[in-house]
Amino acid sequence: MSSSRNALAALLLAACVLPAGAQDKFPGVGRAATPAEVKAWDIDVRPDFKGLPPGSGSVDKGQDIWESKCASCHGVFGESNSVFNPLVGGTTKDDIKTGHVATLMRPDYPGRTTLMKVPTVSTLWDYIHRAMPWNAPKSLSVDEVYAVTAFLLNLGDIVPADFTLSDKNIAEVQQRMPNRNGMSTQHALWPGNEFGAGKIKPDTQAKACMSNCEVPVDVSSKLPPHASDAWGNLHDQNRLVGPQRGEVTIKDDGKTGAAAKPAADAPAAAAIALTQKNGCTACHGMSAKLVGPGFAEIAAKHAGKADYLAGKIVSGGQGVWGNVPMPAQTLPADDAKAIATWLAAGAKAK
Amino acid sequence: MPQADASHGRLRKAPEGFVDRAGVQTVFEEARHGRRDFIRGAFAAALAGSAATRAAAQANPVPAEGGDPNILNLPPWSTGLGQPVVTDGYGKPSQYESNVQRRPSPGLTQTTQASVSFAPLQSLFGIVTPSGLHFERHHQGWWDVDPSRHRFMVNGLVKTPKVFTMDEIMRLPSVSRFHFIECGANTGMEWGNVAVPTVQYSHGMLSCSEFTGVPLITLLEMAGVDLKKGKFVLAEGADGSSMTRTIPMELVTSGQVLVAYGQNGEMLRPEQGYPLRLVVPGVQGVSWVKYLRRVKVGDEPWNTKDEAVHYIDLMPDGQHRQYTSIQECKSVVTTPSGGQVLLDKGFYNISGLAWSGRGKITRVDVSVDGGRNWRTARLQTPVLDKCLTRFNIDWVWDGKPAIVQSRAMDDTGFVQPNYKQLRAVRGTRSIYHNNAIQSWLVQESGEVKNVQLS
Repeated sequence: MSSSRNALAALLLAACVLPAGAQDKFPGVGRAATPAEVKAWDIDVRPDFKGLPPGSGSVDKGQDIWESKCASCHGVFGESNSVFNPLVGGTTKDDIKTGHVATLMRPDYPGRTTLMKVPTVSTLWDYIHRAMPWNAPKSLSVDEVYAVTAFLLNLGDIVPADFTLSDKNIAEVQQRMPNRNGMSTQHALWPGNEFGAGKIKPDTQAKACMSNCEVPVDVSSKLPPHASDAWGNLHDQNRLVGPQRGEVTIKDDGKTGAAAKPAADAPAAAAIALTQKNGCTACHGMSAKLVGPGFAEIAAKHAGKADYLAGKIVSGGQGVWGNVPMPAQTLPADDAKAIATWLAAGAKAK
Repeated sequence: MPQADASHGRLRKAPEGFVDRAGVQTVFEEARHGRRDFIRGAFAAALAGSAATRAAAQANPVPAEGGDPNILNLPPWSTGLGQPVVTDGYGKPSQYESNVQRRPSPGLTQTTQASVSFAPLQSLFGIVTPSGLHFERHHQGWWDVDPSRHRFMVNGLVKTPKVFTMDEIMRLPSVSRFHFIECGANTGMEWGNVAVPTVQYSHGMLSCSEFTGVPLITLLEMAGVDLKKGKFVLAEGADGSSMTRTIPMELVTSGQVLVAYGQNGEMLRPEQGYPLRLVVPGVQGVSWVKYLRRVKVGDEPWNTKDEAVHYIDLMPDGQHRQYTSIQECKSVVTTPSGGQVLLDKGFYNISGLAWSGRGKITRVDVSVDGGRNWRTARLQTPVLDKCLTRFNIDWVWDGKPAIVQSRAMDDTGFVQPNYKQLRAVRGTRSIYHNNAIQSWLVQESGEVKNVQLS
C-alpha cells in the first residue's frame, strides 16, 4: 500500500519536474530524422542566402547547359513565349541602379518577364535547383545551378559575360537585381502578425447600399460575338435538366466542325485524346514546336509512314528534330498505333 | 427525341426514354421560341391567381392522345428488372450528367502540366465540391504517389527534426473541417474586361471540401518547435516542382492549418495531392501545398518562386504587393449564370456561393437591376468559417433584360466591392485577388451573358 503510494508520489513528482510535453505525448509515432535525411531534403535557399550551398559557375558554362537543357522551352536568349512566359526582357541599366523596373509602370508594355518581377537572386537559384529542367527536376549539380543562374543574369545584363557566380559574390549580385526594391508588404492580405498586418485596413471600403444606389449601369464590356464559340459548345457544358440550359454556341448541323461532335465519333478527336492521355502534349504542340516538333510538322515530314512513327513513339530517338532527345514511351501498343496512324494521315485536328 | 422539357408541369411528347443531343436542342429551341407566347399568357394568368395558372399550365401541353406518354406508357424502368449491386465497385454519376466536367480554358496555358482546370460551378448544389470535379492547378504535372513511400519531415527551428510515415500521421488525433480553397488567380482573366463566357471559367478555380487531417501544430510540437524564434513555416511538396510557400506561424498555432489526408470521406484525390496536402483555411490555394513532404520552421520568409515571381499583385504605381495571401470576401451567382439560357419567364430561384478568407459570411444581397436596388438573400445552413456558403433568393423574371449581381459581407464587416471600387485602388493589372461583384446580363431571349458595367 505504502509502496504504491510512494510510486504514485514519485510519478506526480516526475510529472512536475519533467512535464510530459508534446514530444512524448504520442509514443511510437514519428522518429528523429537522420542528418543524411535532413540534408537530402533541406534544399531551400532564403533571401539572406541561408541554405545556399558553396559552389560556383561561369556564364560560359551556363550557356552550354542552357542550350542543351533550357533553351528548348525558354528560348536561346530566355526570350521565348512559346512554352512559358519569357524570362528575360523589359529591364534596363537604370533599373539596376534604382532597383525599380520602370516598364512595370507602363500599362502598354506587353507582359512581364521573370527578371522584371523577381526581387531576389536567391529565388532564381532555389527554383532552378529544385524544379529545373522541366522534365528532369533536381538533376542539375550545385555548380551547374550557379552556372545557369549566371547565364540567366547575363542575359539580363545584370552580370558581365566573363562573370563567375559563386556563394562568395552572390550577395553583391543581389544589389544589382533590377526589381529588388519593387515589392511592398503594406497591405491587409497577410494572415499573420508580420508586415502591415493589423495596422492596415482592407483597401476597398465598400458600403452596402440597399436602394437607389449610385452605380454604373451601362454595359461596358462583354465578349465579342466572334469569340462566342472559343470555349466550345456551351450547351454541352451545362446539365440537361434544370431551370436553364447551356447556350448553343456551335450548331449541331454538321457544318461547323468536329468541336460539336462527341469525341468518340471522330478518329482525329480520339487520337488527340490519346496524345493527351499519354502525356505527348507535354512536349508536342498541335502545329508548333514546343520541346519536340509539332504534330503537324511530324505529319508533313513522315506522311504515310505509320509503322515508322509507331516504332519511334515506342523507342524514342534523337537527332531527327534536333538534340533534345525523346525518351522511349511506355504506352499501350494500340495507343501508339492509333496516334501513328493519325500522324501519318496528316495529324488533322478534325 | 426529347423526353421532357424542364418546366415543371409542362410535359413533352417522348416516345423514347432517353435524351439525345438533337432532342435536347429541339426542346430547348421550342422552349425558347414556340412556347414563349404561351408562357407569357400563363404569366398574365398568374397575376389573377395561382390555381388558374396551374390549370392553364397543365391544360395546354396535354397531347391529343389523352395524356403525356411518359405517364401513359410505362417506361422500361417501371416494367423491367434493374441492375444488380456492385455493377460498379466505385459508383459513377448518371450517364445523363456527362456534361458536368471540369475543363481547361482554351489558350490560357501552353502546357497541360503547368495548367489549370475549372470546376463547373454552374452545375453544383450546396457547398461541397464533388472530389472528381475539384478544380486542378498543377505546377509540374500531377502524380499518384505511393503512400507507403511518402514521408513527411519537420525541420528548421525545432529541437529534433522528425520524420513521419503516412501510417504514423494517420494514427494521430484527427479533425475534419469544411473549407473553401480558391486560387489567388481566380477571376484573374477579368481584371481589365470580360474575357470568359461562363462562371466555370470566371470563378471555377474555387472548390470546397471536408478535409480530414492532423493540425500542423501537433506535428511541430512533437518535434519541439521553437515558437519564440519561429515566426514562419515553409511548406514543400514532393513533386517535381517541389512547390514552396511561406505561411505565418500565427495561423499554425491557431490550430487552423492542417496536414490533411482525407477529402470528403475518402483519401485525397491524386490531383489534390494524395496522400498528403496542407490545408491553410482562408488563404489562396497555392499555399495548400500538395504531396506535402516537408515543413520547415524559420525566422524569416523565404521569397520562393511562387511568392516572388508569381502570386504577386501589380499595383498601378509599378510596385508589386508581396505575400498577399488572404482571399477576401467574395460571392457569385451560379444559377442563372453566363452561357445559360432561361427557358421561360416566371419563377426562378437565384442561387450562388459566398465565401471569405477572414471568417464567416454574415449576409448576401442580390440585385437584378445592375446594383441599383438590393434584396437580402437566404443563407443556407451550415454557415461555416472560411467555407463556401450557399445563398438563395426568389425571383420572378418578367422577360425584360435584367442584370443579376450578388454582394457578400463577412463577420469582419467587409463588404464585397464592385469593379469600380476595386479598380480605383488596384488598377487592372493585378492578376490576383479579384473579388469584384459579378454581373450577369439576362437578355430578353433568355440568354445570360457575362458583362461588366461602367
